[in-house]
Formats: sequence, C-alpha cells, structure tokens
Amino acid sequence: MGLHDVLIRSAARTPDRVAVREPSGRAITYRALEALSDRLRDRLVALGVRRGDRVAIHVPKSIDAVAAIFAVLECGAAYVPLDPTAPATRNGFIAADCSVRVLIVEAGARTAMLAEMERLGITPAVITLEGTGGGDALGATLERLQAEGAAPAAATVDAAPDDLAYILYTSGSTGKPKGVMLSHRNATSFVDWCSRTFAPVESDVFSSHAPFHFDLSILDLYTPLAHGATLVLIPEDTGKEPLALAELIARERITVWYSTPSILSLLVQYGRLEARDCASIRAVLFAGEVFPIVHLRALKAAWPAPRYYNLYGPTETNVCTWFEVPATIPPGRVEPFPIGRVCSHLEGVVVDERGDDVPAGQEGQLCIRGPGVTRGYWNLAEQTARAFLERRDGRWYRTGDLVLEEPGGDLRFVGRNDRMVKKRGFRVELGEIEAGLYRHPAVREAAVVALPDRGDGLVVRAHLVTRDGQRLSIIELKTFCASLLPKYMIPDAFRFHPELPKTSTDKTDYQRLLQME
Amino acid sequence: MSETQEIQGKVKAFVLREFLDGEDPAALGPETRLFTTGILDSIATLKLVAFLEKEFDITIEAHEADAQNLDTLVDIARLVASKR
Repeated sequence: MGLHDVLIRSAARTPDRVAVREPSGRAITYRALEALSDRLRDRLVALGVRRGDRVAIHVPKSIDAVAAIFAVLECGAAYVPLDPTAPATRNGFIAADCSVRVLIVEAGARTAMLAEMERLGITPAVITLEGTGGGDALGATLERLQAEGAAPAAATVDAAPDDLAYILYTSGSTGKPKGVMLSHRNATSFVDWCSRTFAPVESDVFSSHAPFHFDLSILDLYTPLAHGATLVLIPEDTGKEPLALAELIARERITVWYSTPSILSLLVQYGRLEARDCASIRAVLFAGEVFPIVHLRALKAAWPAPRYYNLYGPTETNVCTWFEVPATIPPGRVEPFPIGRVCSHLEGVVVDERGDDVPAGQEGQLCIRGPGVTRGYWNLAEQTARAFLERRDGRWYRTGDLVLEEPGGDLRFVGRNDRMVKKRGFRVELGEIEAGLYRHPAVREAAVVALPDRGDGLVVRAHLVTRDGQRLSIIELKTFCASLLPKYMIPDAFRFHPELPKTSTDKTDYQRLLQME
Repeated sequence: MSETQEIQGKVKAFVLREFLDGEDPAALGPETRLFTTGILDSIATLKLVAFLEKEFDITIEAHEADAQNLDTLVDIARLVASKR
C-alpha cells in the first residue's frame, strides 16, 4: 500500500468530509483534495515526472501544498519539502543535491531559487503558484497551464513499499544538509502504529504545527487523513505566536495536538491559556527534545483533561519510542520523563562502543531496526554506512542518542555521543554552523558550542578568531548567518579570541570553550 | 529628549543587553532591521513584547507583535508611543 492510498481510501469512504482546513476559514473536502491532487499529478507526468523521480515543494503551508504532496506521491515520485523560510542558498543546494525533476514554487521565492539552481547547474521544470490558500492558487495555475497545453489524464502509480515517498533534509555536520530517504513502507508502518496508538476517529481535528520539512509533519498529515478526520494547518508565522496559537486551538476545536515541547512551553508561558476554552483537546503529543518538567507541569494544570505522550525518535526512524505521562506528576519530580518503550512496529537495542548489548540499567547507544527505519542518506554512501551497526542479528540504525533502561523497563535519554543538538526541536549540527561561519571573509577560526540557558532552553555560542584580530559587528555576523542558515541555526551569542584553546593533539578544545564565559 | 528618543534609548539598551551582547552600540541604528533580517528570532519577539508591556505599562495585542511592526527601533518606538 502506498502512502497516498491514505487519501484515496478516505476520499472513497468519506468524500464530503473536510480533509484539510486553514485558519483563514478555507477548507477542502476529501473528494476535492483528491481531484486537485489528480490534476497536478497529470501536469507533473506531462512535465516528465516518473516513478522514482524527486519533486521539490517550496510552498508555504496551505491546502495547495498538501495537494502538491499527494500529487507527487501519485506519480510514484518522492517529494522533497523545502523550508520556505530558509535562505535560497540552502534550498537550492537541496534541490540540486537530489536533482529534482520539477520544482513547485510560490511566486515570491521563484527568482532566487532559479538563480541558485542555475548556479548549481540544474534546470528542473518549474510550476509557479501565485500565492497560496485554499488550493485556489494551485487550481488557477493548473488552469493557466491547461490553456497553454493539455495534460492528458495519467494513472496513479501503485507504489512499491520500498519506493521513496519523501526525502527530508536535516542538518549535516560537514556543513551541507543531508537527505534522509524515507520509503512508503517507512511511512505507512509508522502511520499504522499511530492509528493503533492514538485511535483517531472521523470527528477528530488534528493540528499541523510542524513545517512539512520536519518529520513531525508525517504524523500530522497522514494519521488524520487515513481516518476521515480533519487536519488544521497552522501557518509558519502563527506557529510561533503563543497568543494566536491559543486562540486558534480554541476556535478550531483541536482534539489532537502535536508539536515540539518548545512551542508548548511558549504557549503555557505567553499564551494566556486561562482565557481560552481548549477543552476539545483529548491528546497532547510532543517530540523533538526534552520537555522541561516545570513547563509540562504548568501545561497539565492549564489543560488537565487530555492524555500526554512523549514521542521520541530521529528523522531516520520517525517516532521509535513513546511514553505516556502519568495523570498526576509527582510533586517532587524535577527530572524530565523517560522516552519510554520502543514502538511495537520496531525493535531496539542499547549497545556499547563495540556494538554489543549492555546490561539493563547501563548507559549505551540506542539502535533501532524495523520497517520504519530509513535506508540511508541520499547520495552519501559513506555516511549511510557509518549510521548503521551491522551485527550478526542484522542491521541497526545508530540513533547517536545515549540512553539507559530504568528498572520499570522505560528508556531514559541521557545525552548525545556527537555534536548534534536540538534547538527548539530542530536538529542542529554545530559543525554546520561552523562551516557557515568559515565562509565569512574575516573569520579565521570558528568553534560553536551549545549551553543550557536559564529558561531550560539552549544557547548556541560561536567562538571566533578573526583575520585581523578585530571584533566584528554582531548584527553584521547574524545577518551573514541568516543568508546561509535557517534562523534556528543562527548563533545566539558571539565571543572573540586572539586564538582558540587547543587540546594536546592540537584540536579545538570544546570542553574548555564550554566553560568560558 | 523627545518621547520617541527616550523610548528608543530604553529599547536599544534592552536589545543590546539581551540579544546582542558584545555589540558596539553605534552599530545598532534607529533603522537597523532586526526581525526581517534574522538578527532576532521569534523568541526574541516575545521577550521584547514582555519588556515593552512592563517597561511602558502598555498592552500589545497579538496581531501587533509581528516582525513588520517591530522591525526597527523607530517602528518599536512608534508602536509604544501610540499606546501611551
């Protein structure tokens, strides 16, 4: 079964129910969403998209973007969701890296993307949407293209389980984002697990808070649509405004909420939740980082009724362990809750440095296998090989996360074994930030560290040595970073040094940098 | 000192202290674009709004707290002045 069968089946079963709604009030039924996706599928096929190809989607969150996703899947191709708020240099690199056949782009981003892709030597066909919202812009674009030349009806491809469904690019330690390849089987095995675990029904209203290039979007998009429920899209800008979000949750009568803990922490601190009736919520799911207990406790006080689930997993596996927060948080508890047990469609082991199982209760790296696990990174055979542990009993994905099994059988997250951190739920390789800083003409050396801040978040601090020994303007540096990196990767603070501390083997001494003010 | 200058001065000191530690004060001009350029992020918006509400005893509505209204010191001072 292909991932797009989710829509096809619900369109047959519940054609007139609302599939997707935008906060603007615009909505689309299952029948209309399928019809719109089919029309775009025909156009994509006419442009040469075939099974196994990639299509980039550079469109703000909207019904138009959802229809585009399904259209690409119906072609048997993989969709590559770009971050509409990221700089063109990064998005252009991604489009070129996986050599997309077609780029679907919102008009405002078109010129910069075309220039960047041309610079990188790729010239995909381009479908341009004049604005977005309600699917109308996509519909108008398709009509315009149809007037220029008909696209004959094409068949929806019956995808094989191992065909790629989407590629999600995450931060890469070498300075370039890397594409995690996810197949139809990867996605559907996860969506089936979500269905068993959260038992969605037609009357459910799911939030879609995460951007589509973030793996949380897979649960958001496909779980409700598999059950004839409704998905409410939260646009990128509203997603960061706690007051607007709280108002939206109440107005849209959301029943299942899913986001990073950062957003929930902001909601509870700045959202004036006491002024809103959010009683419709039955489940709060969170993932992507540790939820500080102080904010979780406050959230449960504001919203006492729903069940709370801590979901854990890297993009490479999507959610691979889960934990239901107890109805009452013990008053003395200060440490975060565990990440729980391995999801039923996967298997997990905790291993030592040699790759052997550690005894229960000892710290080790969590490794996962099963139908939800990626086959690897696009075009990066070496990094893919390094990401997997080959043992006599099979091939396991190394999460890079250090865990230990608590006496009750739940896994507790302990830390990382590398330089990846989570900033507001986003994966950030500190090495990618360093690579960005090295592109600044005045920077001679750069080392980036992450420290906990007062508010239980993370401060990313860049230590720099400049060519002439002079301090640089922070404003200028941040602006420079914004031209290369997504906003969540821009360092919060900068420090300047005549030279960076070195270890005895002449490597940057990150431990000392962590201790420097 | 005019009211606008006074507001700008207080906001500038706050922005430098909270978000641009180590910056030369002269580099932050009244028209320096803070949010639309990515210098400050969405969390900074929340902190800035909380500061403005407390410091100037005003209420800023959700729709007023976006990057367009708060992009420069001039924009911020204008919003605050309109509330007093």
